[in-house]
Amino acid sequence: MTNINQLISTSSQIRRDILRMVHGASSGHPGGSLGCADFLTALYFSVLNHRKDFNMDGTNEDLFFLSNGHISPVWYSALARSGYFDISELATFRKINSRLQGHPTTHENLPGVRVASGSLGQGLSVALGAALTKKLNNDQSLIYTLHGDGELQEGQIWEAAMFAAHQKIDNIISTVDCNNRQIDGDVEDVLSLGNLGAKFEAFGWKVLPMDGHDMENILETLAKAKSETGKGIPIVILMKTEMGQGVDFMMGTHKWHGVAPSDEQLENALSQLEETLGDY
Amino acid sequence: MAKYEYKEMKDTRSGFGDGLLEAGKRNPNVVALCADLTGSLKMDAFKDAFPDRFFQAGIAEANMMGVAAGQTIGGKIPFTGTFANFSTGRVYDQIRQSIAYSGKNVKICASHAGLTLGEDGATHQILEDIGLMKMLPGMVVINPCDYNQTKAATIAIAEYDGPVYLRFGRPKWPVFTEENEKFEIGKAKIFQEGTDVTIISTGHCVWESLKSAEKLEEKGVSVEVINIHTIKPLDEKAILQSVRKTGRVVTAEEHQMNGGLGDSVAQLLARNYPVPMEMIAVDDKFGESGKPEELFAKYGLGESNITAAALKVLKR
Repeated sequence: MTNINQLISTSSQIRRDILRMVHGASSGHPGGSLGCADFLTALYFSVLNHRKDFNMDGTNEDLFFLSNGHISPVWYSALARSGYFDISELATFRKINSRLQGHPTTHENLPGVRVASGSLGQGLSVALGAALTKKLNNDQSLIYTLHGDGELQEGQIWEAAMFAAHQKIDNIISTVDCNNRQIDGDVEDVLSLGNLGAKFEAFGWKVLPMDGHDMENILETLAKAKSETGKGIPIVILMKTEMGQGVDFMMGTHKWHGVAPSDEQLENALSQLEETLGDY
Repeated sequence: MAKYEYKEMKDTRSGFGDGLLEAGKRNPNVVALCADLTGSLKMDAFKDAFPDRFFQAGIAEANMMGVAAGQTIGGKIPFTGTFANFSTGRVYDQIRQSIAYSGKNVKICASHAGLTLGEDGATHQILEDIGLMKMLPGMVVINPCDYNQTKAATIAIAEYDGPVYLRFGRPKWPVFTEENEKFEIGKAKIFQEGTDVTIISTGHCVWESLKSAEKLEEKGVSVEVINIHTIKPLDEKAILQSVRKTGRVVTAEEHQMNGGLGDSVAQLLARNYPVPMEMIAVDDKFGESGKPEELFAKYGLGESNITAAALKVLKR
């Protein structure tokens, strides 16, 4: 297993990338990106059985779908840092003629992306389709997804949840980023999800809790989830995170959902995160 | 004796069902999804022949479109089936982001399009679907005219790599094209040549156009009849070639005037070869319950309307 300290060190660099990308573009979504940095680090640097020479079909490799596409900075950084494209390209984020669109897309042929996302609630359905195709192709590899908790307010998610259980799609591990924040405030205040674990269980899913900032717990939970695949039941991990994790002034609020830091704020933020792999 | 005759009446949705079965036999990667309308879409034969490749999505069309998009990852060719209203308007954003923008090889197959859905009324009689779908970059839009053409189109789109919207209907309608005629996406079918006026039509209105051509010829008018089954990409060459000869155009379709075939033809002609033109289509109205033929008459889509439009455009 990958060294835990190495993963933690990588996630620090990914957080620096996120902040510098969003600052460079003067727009983007740093809060949720920072909150999911540890999870995506674990996924791309330890968990996924994936090839760096990208092809759309992804036969015999694990596939990841980012359904909450607005946290593209963390995904782009994880993809670049794990070898899908050169890290220098991160500097083009949200700029004209870039493959790194504000929200991820296949349209510009960016390696690692298999469907556009951004309009929320669609990624689970797409991932389930890919999971069904893997079954038809006798492909034993797995499908992973990530969703925001606010995103679960979209009705399509629950259509998909019903479909997954009904079709016994058991080669999927979905994760929900439970930071309880969305643009207008706390999820609890905007449109409460109620007892989310009980909801998923009622829809026929196996539910696992996870601490999204404890690298050891992330690896253990993902290993546990993997051991639960192939049993006729889809799996969802409810991942507790803090929006803005790693930057003190971005935590404890929903205000950094979609705002870029100023020059001074960037400097302050970067001083809190060690440059471990070299900035792009 | 009438110039155009038909041996039987068949519904275009049966052409889809039979074409889907054939496409499934030819290519093991063809899969199908349906949102609780398997019988209405005539997908039972495919379902029975290939139970492992048929996916019942339930009354959850948004999810069905997303699942179809995902199934292409790994090489499947999904055909989704539901009514045209639920195939387009209800799931527009899912199609836009997960299928069209993502360039997925999904075939969106839509039955019960237009007024000829009949008695169910305007909630189900979508007349905006061609417009919705043709506006999406890269989306191919096809509206065949009879059973044979629908069957052939269904087989043809399985061999085409990219998103396609295939629109067909509910009622039994004359079968007047040749059986096993090759279907070429984007290629106009010229039923007859003429010199005075070009009638360009799609879907159920093609039969009405042929009957209109007969009436017009009785009045001494020489009519060219072009069937545009592929609204996008439009066979611009065939249309321009015809219109340069006749100088007069009538379009006919079972759709809103805004966003339909006529709209595409007008755009083409305005930019290349403007001529007097009349458009037979539903003019900014919702439909209502009734029999298909009653609705065609009330909303002005029948032979007499096309004939009147041709005579009018000849005087302009």
